[in-house]
Amino acid sequence: MKPASFDLIAALLHTISGLVIGPDKLYLLETRLAPIMKAHKIASLDALADTIRAARPGGITPAIMNAPSPLEVAVIEAMTTNESFFFRDEKPFAHVRTHVLPRLLSTRPAGAKLRIWSAAASTGQEAYSLAMILAEQKSSLGHRSFEILGTDIAREQLSRAGDGLYTQFEVQRGLPMQYLVKYFKKDGTSWRINDTIRSMVQFKLFNLLSDLRSLGQFDIVFCRNVLIYFDQPTKARVLAAIAKQMPADGVLYLGGAETVLGITDAFTSAPGERGVYERTPTAAARQFAAVGR
Amino acid sequence: MTQPGRTCLVVDDSRVVRKVARRILEGHGFAVEEAEDGQVALATCRRQMPDSVLLDWNMPVMNGIEFLKALRHEFGPDRPPVMFCTTENDISFIEQAIEHGAQEFIMKPFDEEILLGKFALVGLL
Repeated sequence: MKPASFDLIAALLHTISGLVIGPDKLYLLETRLAPIMKAHKIASLDALADTIRAARPGGITPAIMNAPSPLEVAVIEAMTTNESFFFRDEKPFAHVRTHVLPRLLSTRPAGAKLRIWSAAASTGQEAYSLAMILAEQKSSLGHRSFEILGTDIAREQLSRAGDGLYTQFEVQRGLPMQYLVKYFKKDGTSWRINDTIRSMVQFKLFNLLSDLRSLGQFDIVFCRNVLIYFDQPTKARVLAAIAKQMPADGVLYLGGAETVLGITDAFTSAPGERGVYERTPTAAARQFAAVGR
Repeated sequence: MTQPGRTCLVVDDSRVVRKVARRILEGHGFAVEEAEDGQVALATCRRQMPDSVLLDWNMPVMNGIEFLKALRHEFGPDRPPVMFCTTENDISFIEQAIEHGAQEFIMKPFDEEILLGKFALVGLL
């Protein structure tokens, strides 16, 4: 692959999705883009880059984020597809169950809706895991309303999430058997999430790099194993934008290998917890003051 | 090296399955005993109770659910943790496993990730 072709595809990925790839990830381009090239009858990665370049005489600019072509969307989706499984790493979900939900339930007025965001929902396992936690807490939730939103940039993954249909392999990764029995039904050789859990989650096609304000405020945000693919400025930008969509007592969950340290002061690590972040009081107070003006 | 609290009895009439499970578990610090049916497994438990049991359902002489009932009847409801590992994948089998005191249920075919994930779920890893 010519360096100019690599640079063009790398620029496309970074501009639209924030994904950063170095030349050491050439193999990833080759393996993940092969099905797209086959579908579009494109012979090589160089030819793919040429096709994209020819359709973009003005070059890869931020403006294309608003109207990517079907071929560009396919490239982005293929490269940003990440694996997901139920109750991944378990601890963040236990933290929601034992710490955050009880606190939010005790501090929020009875009529206030709790909103949870799975910011890189992929095939939906994370959002459904959160729904199962809420379903298990039904007695303490009472009549309180809540909303779980799963967003992702990848249309096909999100479509799978909406179907709620998982392979036998997928339902055996992280999902306790009690939950499998309680919340799933056999559907041929696969397993389908039941209507109760399905109805608790909404999925929406959404680019994390776009304006988050349309999504509203969230009490709990799961943005796990996404930032690792971004460069520092993009991480800082996304974290700052997320902070603005959270109340002062909101909680952010990042992946185990991710941190806010040295990137933003909008969040502070929760004491004794890995991957759990709270709004930094001063930052939250500043935002509150700004909103109040 | 075997770590404390990490002995596992693998009960399966397939020598291949026992061998695969042994390889995975020994690679993660477990000492593995094998039994080819429920009756042999029960005798092994009476001799020395393992820290965990990986259990097939369909076996000659004494099947998995019969073994589980006998084990829980003789030694109490909780210990050791038992994980079924079977080709049965109907929800009624999982319900029976839960009813009779199994801690987890693996549907074959399984791989290292699934097996270790289930061991982690029941607190064995």
